[in-house]
Amino acid sequence: MAYEGMIAETIAVSGDAYEPISAYLARPLGPGPFPGVVLIHHMPGWDEWYREATRKFAHHGYAALSHNLYHRAGEGKSDDVAAKVRAEGGVSDAQVIGDTEGAVTWLKAQPWLNGRSGVFGTCSGGRHAFLYACHTKNIDVCCELWGGRVVMSKEELTAKQPVAPIDFTKDLSCPLLGLFGNEDRAPTPEQVDQHEAELKRCGKDYEFHRYDGAGHGFFYYDRPMYRLEQALDGWEKVFSFLHRHLHAGAPGRGRGAA
Amino acid sequence: MCTSIVEIVGAEGAGKGENGWFALTHAVVSYDHPHHALLEDAITIDFVNRGMDAGTRAAVELTLETAKALNAALARAIAAAEKEESARRRG
Repeated sequence: MAYEGMIAETIAVSGDAYEPISAYLARPLGPGPFPGVVLIHHMPGWDEWYREATRKFAHHGYAALSHNLYHRAGEGKSDDVAAKVRAEGGVSDAQVIGDTEGAVTWLKAQPWLNGRSGVFGTCSGGRHAFLYACHTKNIDVCCELWGGRVVMSKEELTAKQPVAPIDFTKDLSCPLLGLFGNEDRAPTPEQVDQHEAELKRCGKDYEFHRYDGAGHGFFYYDRPMYRLEQALDGWEKVFSFLHRHLHAGAPGRGRGAA
Repeated sequence: MCTSIVEIVGAEGAGKGENGWFALTHAVVSYDHPHHALLEDAITIDFVNRGMDAGTRAAVELTLETAKALNAALARAIAAAEKEESARRRG
């Protein structure tokens, strides 16, 4: 039997404006090199599901890092911290982009990384993953899972979210995987159509998978919206996409890549 | 669903949370993912003090129907209270 092991621990990375923020790192033991994945947590917070998902990526051979977008709200249980962030009007898109760039930069500087990395996010984290991928040239892939409010009306724009992510589509810098439930109401299937049409119009490399019988958050095994069959297929799509783009021999921005 | 339905109002009064009673500064009402209630979406109400730590919070997660009933009950109680206050002022 082959030896298997991983290390999982909290660390600090340099976030937006070089402010230190907490992060959860999970990676296989050994020298690597491993491809990297940065997980962008959802609106409910830097919670247990994201810890588990981070370890899941490590189990599949990735160096995975989940940074805490709510770090500045202080310590506490993830639901309390998320409520505090909501009471303060949420986090700004600019700060999330800065925090994520810091997390990706930290991961890519590690000696056990193979030089290739991607981002993964669900819910608001899916939106942030797409938004970040339109603001960086530092990653090789983006996994956007049911990103709500990629398409936003003018009335929804705020000082913290001043531009709808769809308006940055032309700047998307890497292949995009999108998973969506056809019964979701944010994003609605019509909004996913708009998102896809803009990707096509801009000539971007993307693949969308849209599931019948699923709504929002269908990976969350501890919530009523969990859908076993769609979730299993969705995870397969995620790992297949990452494997194609982040492993040795894949085209990308990795060490030695053109 | 991943909504932007959030209403934040200033609040005066007291709430009881994990660490006992605390003074309120704000009440936050939203319709989004609950953390605990087994619902896809819920009306969540958080009574908080922004100057205190994240755990200083009194929270509920309600079905839409419960929130409507609560809203109606609040309206009835407020109307009765205002009637009472008005009578008191008239002496």
